[in-house]
Amino acid sequence: MKRANRSFSVLALVLFIGFFSGDRQLWAQAPTWRQIPIPKLPAFHPAQPKRIELPNGMVVFLQEDHELPTIDGTARIRGGERSVPANKTGLTDVYGEVWRTGGTKTQTGDQLDDYLEQRAAKVETGGGVDSTTVSWSCLKEDFNDVFRAFEDVLKNPEFRADKIGIAQKGLYDAISRRNDDPAQIAGREAAKLVYGANNPYTRVPEYATVAAITRQDLVEWHGRYVHPNNIILGVVGDFDSAKLEARLREAFASWPKGQAATDPEIKPEPAKPGYYEVDKTDVNQSNIHMVALGITRRNPDYFATSVFNEAFGGGFSSRLFGDIRTTKGLAYAVGGGVAAGWDHPGMLRLMVSTKSKTTIESIQALDEEIADLARRPINDEEIKRAKDSILNSFVFRFDSPAKVLQEKMAYEFYGYALDFLENFQKGIEKVTQEDVARVAAKYIHREQMSVLVVGNVSEFDKPLSSLGAVTKLDITIPPPPPGLVPEQGEHP
Amino acid sequence: MKSRLTLLQTIVVCFVLCSLVFGQDLASFEKRTTVKKLANGLTIIICERPEAPVFSFFTHVDAGSVQDPMGKTGLAHMFEHMAFKGTDTIGTRDYAGEKLALAKVEEAYSAYIAERDQPVDRDEKKLTQLEQVWKDAIAAADKFSAAYNNEFGKIVEGEGGEGINAFTDYDETGYHYSFPVNRLELWAYLESERFLHPVMRQFYKERNVVIEERRMRTDSNPVGRLLEQFTEEAFAAHPYHRPTIGWISDLNSFSATDAQNFFDKYYVPSNMVVTVVGDVKVSQAMPIVEKYFSRIPARPRPDTATTTEPPQDSERSVVLHEQSQPLYLEGYHRPDYRSADDQVYDAIADLMSNGRTSRLYRALVRDKQIASDSAGFTGLPGNKYPHLFAFYAFPIPGHKPQEMAAAIHAEIERLKKEDISDEELKMIKTRAKANLIRSLGSNEGLAFALGLNEARYDDWRELFRSVDRIEKVTKADIRRVANQTFVPDNRTVGIIEFAGGPPGPGAAPQGGGQ
Repeated sequence: MKRANRSFSVLALVLFIGFFSGDRQLWAQAPTWRQIPIPKLPAFHPAQPKRIELPNGMVVFLQEDHELPTIDGTARIRGGERSVPANKTGLTDVYGEVWRTGGTKTQTGDQLDDYLEQRAAKVETGGGVDSTTVSWSCLKEDFNDVFRAFEDVLKNPEFRADKIGIAQKGLYDAISRRNDDPAQIAGREAAKLVYGANNPYTRVPEYATVAAITRQDLVEWHGRYVHPNNIILGVVGDFDSAKLEARLREAFASWPKGQAATDPEIKPEPAKPGYYEVDKTDVNQSNIHMVALGITRRNPDYFATSVFNEAFGGGFSSRLFGDIRTTKGLAYAVGGGVAAGWDHPGMLRLMVSTKSKTTIESIQALDEEIADLARRPINDEEIKRAKDSILNSFVFRFDSPAKVLQEKMAYEFYGYALDFLENFQKGIEKVTQEDVARVAAKYIHREQMSVLVVGNVSEFDKPLSSLGAVTKLDITIPPPPPGLVPEQGEHP
Repeated sequence: MKSRLTLLQTIVVCFVLCSLVFGQDLASFEKRTTVKKLANGLTIIICERPEAPVFSFFTHVDAGSVQDPMGKTGLAHMFEHMAFKGTDTIGTRDYAGEKLALAKVEEAYSAYIAERDQPVDRDEKKLTQLEQVWKDAIAAADKFSAAYNNEFGKIVEGEGGEGINAFTDYDETGYHYSFPVNRLELWAYLESERFLHPVMRQFYKERNVVIEERRMRTDSNPVGRLLEQFTEEAFAAHPYHRPTIGWISDLNSFSATDAQNFFDKYYVPSNMVVTVVGDVKVSQAMPIVEKYFSRIPARPRPDTATTTEPPQDSERSVVLHEQSQPLYLEGYHRPDYRSADDQVYDAIADLMSNGRTSRLYRALVRDKQIASDSAGFTGLPGNKYPHLFAFYAFPIPGHKPQEMAAAIHAEIERLKKEDISDEELKMIKTRAKANLIRSLGSNEGLAFALGLNEARYDDWRELFRSVDRIEKVTKADIRRVANQTFVPDNRTVGIIEFAGGPPGPGAAPQGGGQ
C-alpha cells in the first residue's frame, strides 16, 4: 500500500503542475478582489419593537414579523441561580424543568405535553444565572390555545413531586458525567480560578445539594420572584400589535405587583495567579486556559477591548489564530480575549488545545503573544481590519426582527439604554491605535493570570512545574449520600 | 472547518432545541427561486428573501469522506481546510516563485515518505536527512506566503463576512458564510476563485491542525471514541466504516499532491451546487454569479461507484471500557435516502424521539426512570448510501447499558406488534410540516436546505415534497419497516462501560454509585 502511495505521488505531481499551467491564461485576466466595486449598502431601518409598561410594572415588547405565520414569546423573570443558597445549588435547574413538567393546578405536565405536541407547539421553562424564563412558540392559528397554556404555567404551576424526582435524577446524571469531557472540566475549573471556587457564579450542583431541594423550595421561589414587576415579556411574530396589546393587558393588567427582585452582592475571589493542573489520563490533548477577571459592557473601555479582542484572539484574522494555529500548527482550537459581562465582570481568557507533547511549548507560545503586545503593538492595519470586521458585519446584529427584540430585552433587563447598539457602532468607530494599546496594557498582565492545564500529565513535553509552582486540582466528585442512587458495586 | 464527528451530541442538541417556525409553501418559493445550470455543469440557485440587506450562500460539493482514497482517509476533510488557504493571488504576491517552491516540498516529502515506509532496511540516517530536506523546503516555500497568512479569511472577515466556516461529512463537503448584500460580487469572485485556483500552501502545518482536531473530537472524547469504533464495526465493506477525520497513520502520510488530486477529481463544476439566499434580485444577481462561476472549466464527472455493504447476518458489538460514564448505542442497517421508505424511517424517528411525548422519553426517562436521555435517529453516519437507524440511551447513575438495551427493545417490539395510535400518526405529520419550515426561517438554513435537495434529487422542490410523502405514511408502513429493520442479526451495539477512575488523587470521578 505504501509503495503504491509513493508512485501515485510522483504521478500526481505531474498532474498538479499540468493543471495550473493549462489554466494560466484564464486567471491572469481575472480581477483582483480589490478592484471589485462595493456599492453603498442600502439604508436599512429594522423594525423596532413597541415597548409597553403596564401599571403593575410588567414590561412588554411587541415585535411584528409577518414573514411566517407564527407567534413566539418569552417572559424573562428576574432572579436566578446566583441568588440560591449554596446548600441548594442546582435549585434553578430543577425549578426550570419542573415548572413546566410539573404541570399546573388544572393540568398535569403530561397533559400539557400531549396538548401542545398535537399542535407542534411548545411552552418551555428554564433556569439561568440571573433569571428564569417561560416561553412559547406556536402557529398563529393556535395562539389562543397556546397562550392560555403559557399563562397557566407562568401563574399557576403545581411542581408535582414525581417530576421533581425525574429532574433530580437528570441532575445526578449530569453530575456523574461532568468529568468525562476535558473541555468541560477546563471551562468549569478556569471559571473557579477567576471568581472563586465557592462563588455563586461558579459553584456546581452536587448530589447533596440537589437532594436537598424540596417542592417547598420551588413553590417559594415562584412565590418570591414571579410578579409582573419582575417580568419582561417579548413577543415576535405574525400579529397585530394593537390587538395583541389588548389581549396581554386583559391577561396581565390586574395581576398585582409583588416584592421586587434584588441582585445579590457578589465579589469575585480570584485564586492566586500561578499554574493549576488537572491530570486526565484518558486524553492525548491538553486544554490550556489562561484566565483573569474581565470587564462589563458599562466599562468605557468596552469598545477598545472589542477591537483588541478581534485583532488578538478573534477569528481567522487574529494573531493567536495566525501564529499558533496557522504558522506553528500547534492547535485546532485557539483564541480568546477580554470578555465583557452585562452586570458583572466577564472573564479574560486565552485558550489553546494542543497535543500532550506540546503543552509547555503552547503555554510559552501564548506567553510570547502576550509579551509581543508591548514589543510589537497591534498595528494600524490590524486595527483597521478589526474595526472593519465589526462595523461591516454590524448589520448581522439586527438582520431579523427576533434579533432586534432579543437585544432590546437584554438592554431592558440589565438597565442599559435602549439605543446601546447604535452607540456601540459609534464607539467602535472612534477607537484608535492608542486606545487599543492602552487597554492591552491595562488588562493583559501575564503575571496576574492563572494558567490551568487539563491534560495527560505524564505525556507533557516538560513538567508544568518547569514554568512555576503548580497547584494540583482535585476534581473528584463528592459521592452521593448513602441510598440516593442504587449501588452496583461490580466494577473493579 | 469541522467534521461531523460529534454527530450523536449534535443530534441530542437538535432534539432539545426546538424553536418553532412555520411557513410558506412550495408556491411561494417557486416565485422567488431560480435555478440555472451553467455551461460548465455547475448549478446555481438564487432565492430572493428580502428581509434585511444581507445574503447567505452554501456551496455544496458532492464529495465527502466516502470518496477518500484507500490509505488516505481524512483527505476530503483535509482539502476542506486547504480551501481556506487562498489562491494564486490571495495569500501570496509571487505565485510563480511559490509554485516552484511548493513543488520542491512535494518532491522532498515523497522521498522522505518512501524511506520512512521502507518495510525492511530503513536507513535512519538517510531518513533524518530527508526529513530535514523536506522541512527546509517547507521553510523556503513559507517565505512566499508568511506575510499573507489567512488572507482569504481576513478579506472575508474585514468585509463583514459572518460565520465563515465549512464542514465535511461522509456524504459531502459544504462551505458557507453570510455577507452584507453589497458584497455579492466580491463574494462571487472569492468563492469561484477559491475553486478555480486553490493553492496547497502550508499543507503540512495544516495537517497538524487537523490532527489536533482529531485529538479533540475523537481521541480525547469518549463519545467520539465510541462512534469511531461503532461505525467501523457496523460497516464491513462500504467506506462508511472509515472515519471522516481520518486514521492517524493516513493523516501522517498523505500529501499536498494527494489533496490537489482529490480536488481535481471531485471539485468539478457538475459536482457542485452553489445556493444564494437573501436580499438579492435574480435579474441582477444571476449575471454576476454566472460571470464568475462560469470561469471554472468543465471537467468530467467523477466515477462514484462504491462497494455495496452486504447484508449483515450476525449481531456485532463493540464495548469500550472507559473512565467515563456509560452509554448505550445500537444501529440497524437501512436503505439509502432514495428509498421509498425514507419517510417511514423519519416517522419512526419522530415517534420514538421527538419531545416529551416521544415513546423513548416516556418509557426510559419518565416511567422506568433509568435514563437521562434516549432517542432514535436515522442517518448514521450519513444517508446518501445505505446506513443505520440508531437508538441510544444515557443510563442514570446506578443503571447499566444492558437495561437500556432491554428497555429500547421493548419499545421496538411494541412498534412491530401494535399499530401506533391515530393521535400519534397525526402528531408526526403535523410536526413534519413544522420541522421542515423550521429550517426555512433564515438565509443560512434555506441556502443549506435548497442546495442539499438540489444536489441530492436534482430538484430543490423535493424539500417540500418530503412532507407530502410523510403525509402518505400509514400505520402498516411503520409496522412493516420496523419488522423488516429492527432484527438482532441486523444490529450493531456500541457500549461505553465505566471501568473505574484512574489511580491517584485529583482524577476522574467515581461516578454516582458506580
